[in-house]
Amino acid sequence: MTSGTLPKAASSHAAALFWAMLASALALAVLGVCVGSTGFENLIHPLLNPLQDVGKTAMAQQIVWEIRLPRTLGAWFAGALLGLAGAVAQGLFRNPLADPYLLGSASGASLGVALALAAMGGGAGMLGAAAGAGSMMNGGGYGIGAVGIFSSSLWLKLGLTGAAFIGAVVAVLLTLALSNGVQHTLRLLLAGVVVGVVLGAMTHLVLMLSPDSLQAMWDFMLGSTSFVGWLACGLMAGVWALCMLAAWLLGRLLDGLSLGDATAQSLGLPLAPMRAALVVVLALATGTAVAQTGLVAFVGLAAPHLVRAAVKATPGRLILLASLVGGVLLMAADTLARWLIAPQELPVGILTAVLGGGYLLWLMHRNTRTAGGAGL
Amino acid sequence: MQAHSVRARLGNTEILHDISLAIPQGRWTSIVGPNGAGKSTLLKVLAHLLPHTGTVTLLGQPLASLPGRVRAQQLAWLGQNESTGDDLAVQDVVMLGRLPHQPWLAPPSEVDHAAVARALQATQAWEWRGRALGQLSGGERQRVLLARALAVEAHVLLMDEPLVNLDPPHQADWLALVQTLVARGKTVVSVLHEISMALHADEMVILAQGRVTHQGACSAATTHRALEAVFDKRIAIHALGDQWVALPVRKLIGI
Repeated sequence: MTSGTLPKAASSHAAALFWAMLASALALAVLGVCVGSTGFENLIHPLLNPLQDVGKTAMAQQIVWEIRLPRTLGAWFAGALLGLAGAVAQGLFRNPLADPYLLGSASGASLGVALALAAMGGGAGMLGAAAGAGSMMNGGGYGIGAVGIFSSSLWLKLGLTGAAFIGAVVAVLLTLALSNGVQHTLRLLLAGVVVGVVLGAMTHLVLMLSPDSLQAMWDFMLGSTSFVGWLACGLMAGVWALCMLAAWLLGRLLDGLSLGDATAQSLGLPLAPMRAALVVVLALATGTAVAQTGLVAFVGLAAPHLVRAAVKATPGRLILLASLVGGVLLMAADTLARWLIAPQELPVGILTAVLGGGYLLWLMHRNTRTAGGAGL
Repeated sequence: MQAHSVRARLGNTEILHDISLAIPQGRWTSIVGPNGAGKSTLLKVLAHLLPHTGTVTLLGQPLASLPGRVRAQQLAWLGQNESTGDDLAVQDVVMLGRLPHQPWLAPPSEVDHAAVARALQATQAWEWRGRALGQLSGGERQRVLLARALAVEAHVLLMDEPLVNLDPPHQADWLALVQTLVARGKTVVSVLHEISMALHADEMVILAQGRVTHQGACSAATTHRALEAVFDKRIAIHALGDQWVALPVRKLIGI
C-alpha cells in the first residue's frame, strides 16, 4: 500500500509562480519608470545630480512621479483586474475561452465613452489639446495618434472614465435582466453576446452621428495606459483589493462549480447568491479596468491559461495567480509599447492582442499535438 | 430515507408522479427501469438537488429543513456525466469532496488529507493523484469521480450510473467497494442500467413512467417478474450459481 501522504508539488509550483510574478512586477516597475520618450540618461542624470540643473531635475521628477510611476503601476493594476476577471469568468462559465468582456461590459463601456465624447461636442478638439499637453509631458508624445484621451482636465478624465464605468455596469445589468438572473449559464452567455452586438451597433451609430469623436474613440478601443494618473491608479488599487477579497471568499464556489451545478449544490454550496456575487466581481473588475485603460485585449483571456500551463490549480486558487500574471503581462506590454518605436509609442492594446493571439494560437497548436485535438 | 408523495417536473412535464418509497438504512438499493422512467430525476430529488413537491426525509428529518452543509455531510452524490476541468489535478478533484467538512476559509486539514487518500486508494486511483484529469481515460476518470464522492464520507451515497466507462474488472471492483461500504453501515442508492449488476443489490426499486411499479428484495421472485414485466418481457432473469443475471430474450425483428 502506498503511503497516505498527498504530494505538495502543485502548491510549491504555485508558490514559485507567485514569487516569480512579484519579482517580475518589481523589475518591470523599475524598467517602466526608466523607459519612455525621455531617455534614461536625460532622466536619471538630473535626478542623481539635482543641483546641476534645477529645471531639468524638476522636469525629471515630474516625469517620474506624475507620469511614469502612476502609469506603470496603473498598467499592473489594470492587468491584474483583467486577469482576475478572466479567471472568474472562466471558472463561472466553466469555459476556458470565457473572456472578462463576455457579459457586454466592453461594448457598454465603449458606448458610454462614445456618448460622453458626443456630448462634449465631439471631443476631438478638446482631446487634441489634451494630446498636446500629454505629448509634451512625455517628451515627444505619441506620434501615431495615441493621444491621452483622459489626460486633460480632471472633469474630462472623470467624465470619460465615469461614462465608461457606467456603460460597463449598465451593460452587465442589461445582460442579467435579459438572462433572467445568473442561474442559467448558457442563457447568460447568449444574453452577453446579444447585448454586446446591440451596444456595439449603437456605438457605431453614435460615432456616425458625431464623427469628431472618432479619433478619441479609436484610442479608447485600442487600449492605452497613457492616461492613467494617480487618481485612476488609486481607484484601480481599491477595486482590485475589494475584488481579490471577494474572489478569495468565493473561490470555494468556483472550485465546486468545476464539478457541475448539481455536484456543487450537493456539496452544500449556496449557488445562487454566490454566483450573483461572482458576476458583480466580474463586472466591477472589468468595468474599472476598461474605464481606465480602454479595451485591452487578450490579457483576461490569456492570464488564466498561462497559469494553467505552469501549475495545476483549482479555479479558486487560480484567481490570485491569474491576477498577478495579468498585471505582469500588461506591465510588460506597456513597457514594450513605449520602447519598440521610441520616442513614439504603440497603443498597448495592439501589442496585447498580437502577443495574446499568438500565444493562444501556439497553445492550440501544442494541445492539438499533445491531446489529439482535444481541449483548446 | 423516505419519500412521501413526491412529484417533480422538468420544464412543463411532470416526470415523477406521486412517488412514495422507503430506502432501508445500511443497505444497497438499486433503482432500475426503462429509459425515461425518471430514475435520475428520482435520485436528484432524493439528493435534494431538484425542486419537488412532497417530502423527502432522512432519519425522520425532512431534507428541506436541514442546513445545506449538514445535508451535504450526510448525502454524497455522484452524478451522471459529471463535468470536471481537465486541468485539475486528481487529488484536487477528490479534495472537493471534503468541502462540506471544511470551515469556509480553512485549508484542508490532516483529516481531509487522510479521507482523500483513503478514497483514492479505495478506487485504485492513488497512483495518478498528481496527474491532470485530462490525462486520464474515461474509466480512470470515472474512478476519480467515484473517489470524490467517497471522500465526502457521508452516511448515504447516491450514485447515478456509476459504472459508465468502467471495464468489467473495475465494475467488479466497484461492486466489492459498495458491498464493503454497506457492510460498514453505509446506505447506497444507485441508478443502474446494467440489470445484472443491479441484481447484486439488497433492494430494488422499479420505475416506469414516473411511478414506482415495484419495490422488493433483489433475490425475490416477485421482483424478477416485475423486472421482466417493466421491460416488456424482453429480458429474463436467470440463476447463475449464487447470482442472478438478466439476459435478453431472443426475438427476430423485421427490418
